[in-house]
Amino acid sequence: MVAPLLEMRVELEQVLIVGAVLFAIGIYVALTKRNAVAVLMGIELMLNSVNLTLIAFARFVESPRPIDGHVFAIFVITVAAAEAAVALALAVAVYRHRNTIDVDKINLLRW
Amino acid sequence: MIIVARSLLHAVLLLILSFVGIAGVFITLSADFVAVVQVLVYAGAIAVLLIFAVMLTPESDRKNSGNMLQFPALVLSGLIIAGVTFIVLETDWRVASRGPFETTAAEIGDALVSPFALPFEIASVLLVVALVGAIVLVRED
Repeated sequence: MVAPLLEMRVELEQVLIVGAVLFAIGIYVALTKRNAVAVLMGIELMLNSVNLTLIAFARFVESPRPIDGHVFAIFVITVAAAEAAVALALAVAVYRHRNTIDVDKINLLRW
Repeated sequence: MIIVARSLLHAVLLLILSFVGIAGVFITLSADFVAVVQVLVYAGAIAVLLIFAVMLTPESDRKNSGNMLQFPALVLSGLIIAGVTFIVLETDWRVASRGPFETTAAEIGDALVSPFALPFEIASVLLVVALVGAIVLVRED
């Protein structure tokens, strides 16, 4: 029962499908949640699935410099950290003014 | 799990769990350095930021509830899964015959210094700008 599972190797297609499922969950969370922090969690999940795809391509696909995918993933992590810091600061600033971070009620820019 | 968790704080904790799981997948793809960075930055720093943001907004709704867009979003994410799965299975990827990487940290360091020096500098400037911007945004005045 366990032995054939241990013999299995991770293939490119499996990792790409996991990345697609994570991206879909992230976009669902980002579109449907009311709390701004939950929306940000969805965005982080999407960035993470993109990282997973980049690493999978760097591991499996023919390339003259395969390590470039890892470098790109590290840049994505850097930008995600900066984005999370700014977005959470924005959420706290909005909460100070409006006493809510419900994204359905923050419609200051609606015309 | 982030979708169905009743409380927002539980959703954050489950998100940390999935970050650690993705780091495990990175290790199976022989990307050890990126896995360590993932645990440090995502499961460490961003998780702390998220928990801070939840704790600093005590009077807002912590129910982790959804809005009116649930059905269109479900359709959209289902379409994404179906489309990407179809493309992945139909495309002929040029899979390389080489094995897993021996070391990644040294090669990533070399790549950051020689071909990616300018993006590296831009990323550091971006981090400084983001940190100063975050401090300015939440400063009491």
